This record gives sequence, structure tokens and C-alpha cells, in this order.
Amino acid sequence: MEEQKWDQPMGGFNAASRSQMAEAAAGGEESQRTLYPYVTGTSVIALKYKDGVIMACDTGASYGSTLRYKSVERIKAVGKHSLIGGSGEFSDFQEILRYLDELTLSDHMWDDGNSLGPKEIHSYLTRVMYNRRNKFDPLWNALVLGGVKMGPKGAEKYLGMVNMIGTHFEENHIATGFGNHLAIPILRAEWSEDMTFEEAVKLVEKCLLVLLYRDRSSINKFQVAKITTEGATIYPPYSLKTFWGFSHFENPAQGAVGSW
Amino acid sequence: MSRRGDWVYENNGGTCVAIAGADYCVIAADTRLSVGYSILTRDHSKICELADKCVLASSGFQGDIKALHKNLAARELLYQHQHNKRMSCPAMAQLLSNTLYYKRFFPYYAFNVLGGLDSEGKGCVFTYDAVGSYERTGYSAQGTGSTLIMPVLDNQLKSPSPLLLPARDAVTPLSETEAIDLVKDVFASATERDIYTGDKLEIVVVNKAGTRREYIDLRKD
Repeated sequence: MEEQKWDQPMGGFNAASRSQMAEAAAGGEESQRTLYPYVTGTSVIALKYKDGVIMACDTGASYGSTLRYKSVERIKAVGKHSLIGGSGEFSDFQEILRYLDELTLSDHMWDDGNSLGPKEIHSYLTRVMYNRRNKFDPLWNALVLGGVKMGPKGAEKYLGMVNMIGTHFEENHIATGFGNHLAIPILRAEWSEDMTFEEAVKLVEKCLLVLLYRDRSSINKFQVAKITTEGATIYPPYSLKTFWGFSHFENPAQGAVGSW
Repeated sequence: MSRRGDWVYENNGGTCVAIAGADYCVIAADTRLSVGYSILTRDHSKICELADKCVLASSGFQGDIKALHKNLAARELLYQHQHNKRMSCPAMAQLLSNTLYYKRFFPYYAFNVLGGLDSEGKGCVFTYDAVGSYERTGYSAQGTGSTLIMPVLDNQLKSPSPLLLPARDAVTPLSETEAIDLVKDVFASATERDIYTGDKLEIVVVNKAGTRREYIDLRKD
């Protein structure tokens, strides 16, 4: 009779123990790679406007179904010309910020009068995400990269996205997570070239409000950030006005048949 | 039951077609990038000009496709430096096959169609599966709309039958304009029934005068 193996969980059918048992059976060790995200941020929205790019998201980070952290900054400035917004696993987003710190530091140390623009940073992030996916150890994020840089034809605006397996593209408006389903239809209908800052904020707020009503993991505390040729500005957090006074909500069981 | 490796791939959809003629080659692909039931963007090119007479169109997982295109473009540049000339289409065809088979046990999820002119100036099309098995043909379609398009091409291109012996070159006797019109027609048809195909069609035409590009609108639904 074999000795009881105390390091393995008894029976049970859950993903974690099965993979541990499979690994032990194969003589290997437990996988140390990211298997599922734990602390996650929800949607990030961004769009190009007249002077540059505007980006917004809520300041929440959930731990499964618990709204664990309510003052988290998910948009950061990168270098002189870009903003990065991250949804998904928050610790992986912090790791990406560390990579970007190293990148922007070496860029600065060249001291050659040139600095990395949003296109270059997006390209770098795409390679990082894809290569981590190739090692089966992903950074479980969807990143939005926006910025403006002076080029031969004047101020060139850039906005792009990259997801955890390296799918990436450039567009005039981007939304991650639930935003893809709820905000993108609004942006496609109402975005236009060269919106003013006020118009852009109004459009972004419209999308954030829909997400607040319909995305379970969003909270009513948002940050808006903008990037122009003058630099990045991340505004202090604020809340949106919501309306719950619909007659149907007042007595939801009123017309219900039966006893449920 | 979700498996550990499920998340590494996604299919971003789209269709690619290439048709070879006596002295031209037409390579076309739609520009829609999708994931699941969402459209990520309507304006994303699947075509990469690897050499002056060699154009690659790929559909499948966009992360792998971009990496594959970058890889091949870099190898082509090296070839130029080493041989003082650009890579021919048949040479690139072999390189693509080897590159795909190199990742036989963790494949590039890319369905490729390579088109261009061979060293004699005749049109050539090479069609691939995800792990590098390839064949020179007169025409091919790959991607989500391929099953809708291939039968129409078989019927309309008037190419010699592949069953003939001795084997005859399958390039189409159609003229360049006729082939381009057919490409527009098959994409319009595929767009009707394939949810992943639509938005815009990018057509690249390679002939002895050079390479030119055309864009046609497709249905956006």
C-alpha cells in the first residue's frame, strides 16, 4: 500500500489540483506561470481628438466578485509623448510599468535629443506581450497606448491597443473588456475627426456611464487623462451622476405572477 | 472543460485570395479584424509585400501573422544583403514553408497565400496550411471565407484541370482586369455569408510594370 501523499489534495475535481496532480505524475513541479487573473481592472476607453488623445477608466480593481480596491490609477504617463491604460490583472500592469520605466530610462540616457513616441512604445509592448504568450506565461492585460508626437507632417496622433496574446491594432477609438461591447458602438456612431476637448470628454463620459450601469465590476469613480504636444495630464478622480428613479425599480415585484 | 493552453490562440478571421495569370498576379484580402462576435477594427491589412515581386496574404491569429510577416521580411532583408538581389517568389515560398514547419509543435496559426511573379515573369501562387505544407497552384483562397470562394474560382477561372496528365500549369487564361473583377465578385459573395469577412477589400496587383494597390468597400454588417 502506498504511503499517503500529503502534498497532494485528496480527490476532488477542480482545475488547480488536477494540474498539480498531472505535474506530480509527470515528475515535474507545479506550474509557476499565470493561470488566471486575480486582481483585475475593468474597461479602459480612449479616443483621438483635436489636440491629441483622451483616455479614461474607473479607479477600481476587483478580486473576483469583490470590489477590493477603489482608488487604483490604471492610466499612467509614459515618456513625454504617451499614456498607457491597462485592464486585466493589475500586478501584471505594474510589471509592465516597470518594463516601461527601464525602457524610457535607457531612452533618456542616450541623450540624443530623440525620445520614444507612442508608436514605438506600442510596438515594444506588442513584442513583450507576444513573447510572454509564447512562453505560456502571459501578462494578463489589455493595454491601450495613446499619444502625440511631432513628426515631419506636424503633430501625429496615435492610438492603439494590444491584448494578452499579442493581438494589436491602431484605431481612432479603443475600448477594452466590456467597453468593447458597450462603448465601441457609441464611439463608432458619435466619434468624429477633430473633436474639441469638451466634446471628447462628453463622449467619453457617455460611454463611462453606460459601463457604470451595465458592467458589474465598474465603480462610480473615474479618471480622465489627456495627452497633447504639451505633455500628459491626468485629472483627479470624480464621479458621474446616475439616475435610478425608474418606476419599474420602485416596486419590481408589483406585476409579478406567482411567488418568486 | 477549459484546457490549459486554450487561451494562447484566437482566430481574428478574414479571407485571403490569390490568382495567377500569364504575366500578372492578383493578391487580395479583406481588412476586418474580429474577435469572437466583435469587430476590433475595420481597417487592418493582412497583406505584406515581402519583395518586389512577392506578396504574402495571411489570415488566422493576428499576433502570429504579424510575427511571421516580420520574421520573413527580416530574412528577406538579410538575403538582399548577402546576395545583392531581392528574393524570388519561389525562394520565399520555400522559406515560408520552412519557417512554418520550424514551429510544427507550437504552430503559427496563420493560413497563408503567397503570390507574385516567378523568375520567368509568369504569375505564381503558393498555398499553405498552418504547419508549412505547400503547393504551387494557379489560384487559392484561405481563411474563414475560403470554402465559400474556392468552388467559385474553380468554376469561373477556366484553368486547366488539376486532374490532367501530364500536369498543366494552373494559371488562368483570364486577363488582368477580368481576374480583378472576379476577385471583387467572390469577396462580395463571401461577405454576404461569412460574418468574419467584410468592411473593405485590399487588392494588390503584381505585374512587370510593378505593384499597385486598390481598395473596394464591402458590406459592413
